[in-house]
Amino acid sequence: MQRYIAGRLLLMVPTLVGVAVLTFMIMRLVPGDIVQLRFMAGGGTVSRALIDAERHRLGLDKPMLEQFTDWMTAAARLDLGTSLWTNRPVIEEIGLRLGLSLELALLATVIAIALALPLGVIAALKQDTWVDYAIRVFSIGGLALPSFWIGILTILLLLTVFRWLPPLTFTPIWEDPVQNLAQLIWPALAVGYRYSAVAMRMTRSSVLEVMREDYVRTARAKGLGERLVVVRHALRNSLLPVVTVISLEFAFLIGGLVVTEQVFNLNGIGKLLVDAVVNRDYTMIQGLVLLLASVFVIINFLVDMLYLVLDPRIRYA
Amino acid sequence: MTAITRDAEELARRRFLERTGWARARRAVREFIGRRPLGAAGAALILLMIFSAAFAEVIAPYDPTENRFSDLLLPPSAEHLFGTDAFGRDVFSRIIYGARTALLVGFTASLVGSTLGLALGVTGAYFGGRVDQLIERSMDILISFPLIVLAIAVVAALGGGEGQVGNVVAAITVPIIPRVARVVRSSALSIVSMPYIESARSVGAGAIRIMARHVAPNVFAPYLVMTTAFLGQAILLEASLSFLGLGVAEPTPAWGLMLRGAGMQFMERAPWLAIAPGLAISAAVFGFNLFGDSLRDALDPRLRTA
Repeated sequence: MQRYIAGRLLLMVPTLVGVAVLTFMIMRLVPGDIVQLRFMAGGGTVSRALIDAERHRLGLDKPMLEQFTDWMTAAARLDLGTSLWTNRPVIEEIGLRLGLSLELALLATVIAIALALPLGVIAALKQDTWVDYAIRVFSIGGLALPSFWIGILTILLLLTVFRWLPPLTFTPIWEDPVQNLAQLIWPALAVGYRYSAVAMRMTRSSVLEVMREDYVRTARAKGLGERLVVVRHALRNSLLPVVTVISLEFAFLIGGLVVTEQVFNLNGIGKLLVDAVVNRDYTMIQGLVLLLASVFVIINFLVDMLYLVLDPRIRYA
Repeated sequence: MTAITRDAEELARRRFLERTGWARARRAVREFIGRRPLGAAGAALILLMIFSAAFAEVIAPYDPTENRFSDLLLPPSAEHLFGTDAFGRDVFSRIIYGARTALLVGFTASLVGSTLGLALGVTGAYFGGRVDQLIERSMDILISFPLIVLAIAVVAALGGGEGQVGNVVAAITVPIIPRVARVVRSSALSIVSMPYIESARSVGAGAIRIMARHVAPNVFAPYLVMTTAFLGQAILLEASLSFLGLGVAEPTPAWGLMLRGAGMQFMERAPWLAIAPGLAISAAVFGFNLFGDSLRDALDPRLRTA
């Protein structure tokens, strides 16, 4: 058991190093030079010597391998370097935006669960009736409608019907909850609907499977009410795959809301990433991708551990 | 020739046709529609999309890239079904031509991605040991990137924009590979321990021949299911990338791009610009999802692609 956990933990290291190598290499393949881009942004021409001096200052003239080891040793001390574009520490830039992204991800997940669990269970219990079909079409709709389009429609609706737009600046929830929610609830709804679809489909198929188990028949045979059978026996046992899907999605939500943030003009992690790509800000992209991949790998690990807790039948040697 | 022999010949001919030709295909189609109405609806949407992409020149009333500065931001009318955009281009025509971009990117990315995934998954399962470990770990790395982040990284490396449809396809292909490879590998693992694989090996068949002729055909069902499932995803991803300005570039008609350009800017003055392309994307993805779902139920009920 301990050996299994230790093994899983150790496996995370090569994966993350692989992610680091891959991002590092991808970024060096990108055509376009950050230093030139930044100087050109101000307009006018710059002398070759000045560009070379700046490249030297940023360490971009060192051999590739040295740049990589420099970056990795610093990253091991949780120092992701400074942004090539703003000259501020990458960690600081990320920290500024993490609050918004985390809150949005949490809100969206709560909305997704609130939609997915009841609808999924009802669809399973009423399998192949019109209720089931309606819920399934609703959920497939969630998969098909791009969340950024739902976002655009939401803004359009608010604008034309209520002549009102969500506030544009982010207020932390502990300062002014109303202002905060007025901004974040709309993107959370748009994203939550989409992500509820996946969880809903998983709930439905999982409940369907469990309802055919012997212990459900036993529970019914001993005279338990249908409600109790569903809540106590079926739902509990069918939650495992649902929990997995939801946690993995949560990991995606933190960095994957790139497009939604663009639509709602939110200054979150996703926008930071797109800006960094457009500006060729190597250190920022590397830091962000490494962070997002780490979040994903760690949540993956936690899900596996959760399995051990939730299902006593699972025992790894 | 007597009537009897002619009848017999006719009967044989009919039987032959029934076994091979159109009759069988027709019966299969009729059965699919009867048993899986939702899947048939999806197939209809897909066919509609393929039809408009194939005959775009005939269907579209205007040139999708022609600017007419006398007709800017016109609301929907009989002349312009979905109105015109900020350059006076006919939105309906751009939607019709946009089906081309979406299908081109969707089909290429999901076919290439799942086929590479198939090859990697089968190879890993067949050889096992070190090879399998190496492939599995590499897939782990690729899967650790959020889908859109990986796509953005590939676009960043290859460069998006003007005439770069190939790069956009590559960006969407890469995230598909590990996801398919995993599913295929787990199906292939049970195949490689089958007696017929051993007997193929004992008569001296090479590894490549065994994988191609004996393992791959037996994991075709999950492969096909994943390919259709990712078709919708690929179209969605293309739209997202174009929307971010990292995908297909103007003036190519692409749905995501239409939402980005005028859709956001003139939202209040010209809401039709934001509605029509979004509807097109949704209908396409909806169609592929419905069809893929039914295909999965028909081919492999155990497989769950959430």
